[in-house]
Amino acid sequence: MALFVKTLKLYQLRSRQKRGVCVRWLHIALAASLLFSPLVYAQNTPLISGGVGFFTSTNGGNTTYIPAISPLIQAPITKRLQVESRAYLLDAFFPNGKGYDTSHFVALTYLQASYFANPHVTVVGGLFLSPFGTYTERLSPIWISNFQDAPLIVPIGTGTGAGLGGMLRGNAYSNGKVSIDYTAYFSARSANQQFNASRSTGFRVNAYLPKPRLEMGVSYGRLLQGTNANAVGFHVWWLPPNTAFKMRSEYAHTTHVQGYWFETDYRLSRFGGTESIVGRLEPVFRMQQTFRNAPDATDGLSAQNTQRADFGLDYYLPHNVRINTSYSRQFSASGNRNIWQTGIVYRFLFPAWRGK
Amino acid sequence: MKIFKWILLWQILVASFVVLAQSSTTSATQTSRSQKQQVQKQPPVNDGERIFTQNCSRCHNAPDGFSPRIAGSVVRHMRVRANLSEKDAQAVLRFFNP
Ligand code: HEC
Repeated sequence: MALFVKTLKLYQLRSRQKRGVCVRWLHIALAASLLFSPLVYAQNTPLISGGVGFFTSTNGGNTTYIPAISPLIQAPITKRLQVESRAYLLDAFFPNGKGYDTSHFVALTYLQASYFANPHVTVVGGLFLSPFGTYTERLSPIWISNFQDAPLIVPIGTGTGAGLGGMLRGNAYSNGKVSIDYTAYFSARSANQQFNASRSTGFRVNAYLPKPRLEMGVSYGRLLQGTNANAVGFHVWWLPPNTAFKMRSEYAHTTHVQGYWFETDYRLSRFGGTESIVGRLEPVFRMQQTFRNAPDATDGLSAQNTQRADFGLDYYLPHNVRINTSYSRQFSASGNRNIWQTGIVYRFLFPAWRGK
Repeated sequence: MKIFKWILLWQILVASFVVLAQSSTTSATQTSRSQKQQVQKQPPVNDGERIFTQNCSRCHNAPDGFSPRIAGSVVRHMRVRANLSEKDAQAVLRFFNP
């Protein structure tokens, strides 16, 4: 929970700086999309999607309750241009001994315009999810992540999770056997907490082998002022075909700290199919460690070496509802703790307006 | 942290077991998923179905189906997010809306 609240504060900090500008952008973007979208083909109706959920997190016997919603809009504007945005709204109710304190939190997670310049280059501008590693871009939506808490190493290379500036990305090369893609960004006022609102730049390159469903990637991030710290990361994902097994892993290193996580999940669909009572179950496991080699209060990671094992059991109900439960045991010199978490999330997806 | 070494070892064992056991048979997931696609979408066109299977459940569970009016928007969004090639994106779109 401490981690959660910390992340919350970081987001709040960032969103306070940016909300004014962003909200104005959002209005312009939405107005533009509403004006132009009907001109594009029927299958390009803007979509509204996201997740709405209710979470609990029990740490040291104290339970925090968190209702949350994270809506997303994706609006094609012309054949090549589109606007994408996601927000996050939550209330946290935590015990204060007498009753509950609440904290309210609203932020724009990202708001970007993407332009398909050519088959290999997409130009992105705005507030975008930090492309370092895999978690932030891919697994952070509440309807996707298997665990409520983000991995411990997420701040490395991503800071608060978003950059403000431009990004070039695309597929460099692909045939039936391999697909190589890249992402390179420049952020003017970096959300990277470690480098504290500085300019930063970075890239990621992935190679995906679609037959064995194996992906490997390298990420790099650099601060362009102050300490000029570098962050480097590697990830390996393996989702063997014809199995319900998935393995995802990441390692990241920066000046004073490094760490890894790996996560496995296995939907029990062999027992009667994905829609049977047992087949809807998905045990998940995540293992994480961080190693500190020098104190650094700015990198967002614990001051002590930390080990953590997360054991989860997710259950997929019909109609895009999922229940997540998990138990985590965390070991560090500052004390060992148990964290119990539960959540129920509904994933929604529909056209922004009714069809004829 | 001895316990972590054991957990790690255990995980590796379970993982290899699961993969070995499953790769020999076609899993139930696959069958039920493709049956569902048959209902939602018409017969596979070109490479669309293959590309869908290889890519669309990498980061999240493949969607159960959605309005054909947003198929283009979904694919465009995912083309950016997953850095899919233009060709693959078009093939998946044809698979959704043949
Ligand atoms: C690289 C990871 C990744 C891959 C591969 C991927 N997706 Fe997604 N998908 C995401 C993420 C992340 C989101 C949530 C977007 C957000 O919240 O910002 C998402 C959201 C969606 C949604 C909800 C609507 C939307 O646009 O947000 C649909 C539907 C979807 N994906 C379908 C697909 C299909 C079809 C494919 C195969 C072409 C695919 N995805 C491949 C990561 C991925």
